[in-house]
Amino acid sequence: MNWIKKIFGELFGLFVDDGAFALAILVWLGIIGCASFYFGFSSIRTAGVLFVGLALILIESTIRYARRQHTEQK
Amino acid sequence: MDIGWAHTGTSVIASFFASLVECVEALTVVLAVGSVRGWRSTLAGTVIAIALLLAIVAVLGKVLAHIPLAIIQFVVGTLLLLFGLRWLRKAILRSARLLPLHNEEAAFQKSSMAMRTAHGINASWDKVAFAAAFNITMLEGAEVVFIVIAIGAGSAEALLSASLGAAAALLTVIALGFMLHRPLARVPENTLKFAVGVLLSAFGTFWVGEGMHLAWPAADWSILMLVVAYFAVALLSVRLCRSQSQSIPTNAARYQ
Repeated sequence: MNWIKKIFGELFGLFVDDGAFALAILVWLGIIGCASFYFGFSSIRTAGVLFVGLALILIESTIRYARRQHTEQK
Repeated sequence: MDIGWAHTGTSVIASFFASLVECVEALTVVLAVGSVRGWRSTLAGTVIAIALLLAIVAVLGKVLAHIPLAIIQFVVGTLLLLFGLRWLRKAILRSARLLPLHNEEAAFQKSSMAMRTAHGINASWDKVAFAAAFNITMLEGAEVVFIVIAIGAGSAEALLSASLGAAAALLTVIALGFMLHRPLARVPENTLKFAVGVLLSAFGTFWVGEGMHLAWPAADWSILMLVVAYFAVALLSVRLCRSQSQSIPTNAARYQ
């Protein structure tokens, strides 16, 4: 049964590595989801906004990591 | 949902390369176990794990057919985004030399050492070899199963395309393993992970958008547009990270 626990642990690790990064993605999807579901924003522009938000989250997370390394080096 | 070439082609390619990375990692450990402990129990563990994984794909494929498509697209797309963007983030940090590269040769040596020191090496039925091969195949295979189901979540055709891509990757790695009897250390793993991260992130974004009923320009061809856009963003991130780390000359040297 130990291998089942290991697989579930491994599966969780597949999706969450940096907690803040995963949370930011989920929050952004929630915002766009609400905008689409409750306010009917479902145009091509909304799809573009979805991508831009995710791209910014990715860039911010990698730069934050690089800065953290920089601070640790100091 | 009727899927076009843009969708089928990218499904096969994304599934092939993502599965290739996982299969290479599993092969490294299976080769280490087999070469130290013998092949009978090692191959038995590997084959049983693969059979179990195929059964999981078949069962999940049937279960997914009964769930409304928009829900599948949203849930699977979200998971695929978390998975793909995490993978892409790691590949960016490795390209910027902020994280060490994965080394198959070192992993092979480490696994070989662990297998040599484990007991029961001369037994006719080697439980250690069986368990080690079974575990690594299940662990890496579970990732492949997720990738296949996530990429193929849209329809039976997409699931078939993704499955074919994964099967081709498995056969390629098995053939190379038989021919070389060595870990595939020369596979440019980070480059593959970079490309796969881009593909999976593009698929994830597309699925989530479909699940939210967002309008995509050019329908399925939007996947290719997202691939190009994520690739550009990833390259930009690498540059930005490098510019951050250039002020730390010892940092790059650490991972040489």
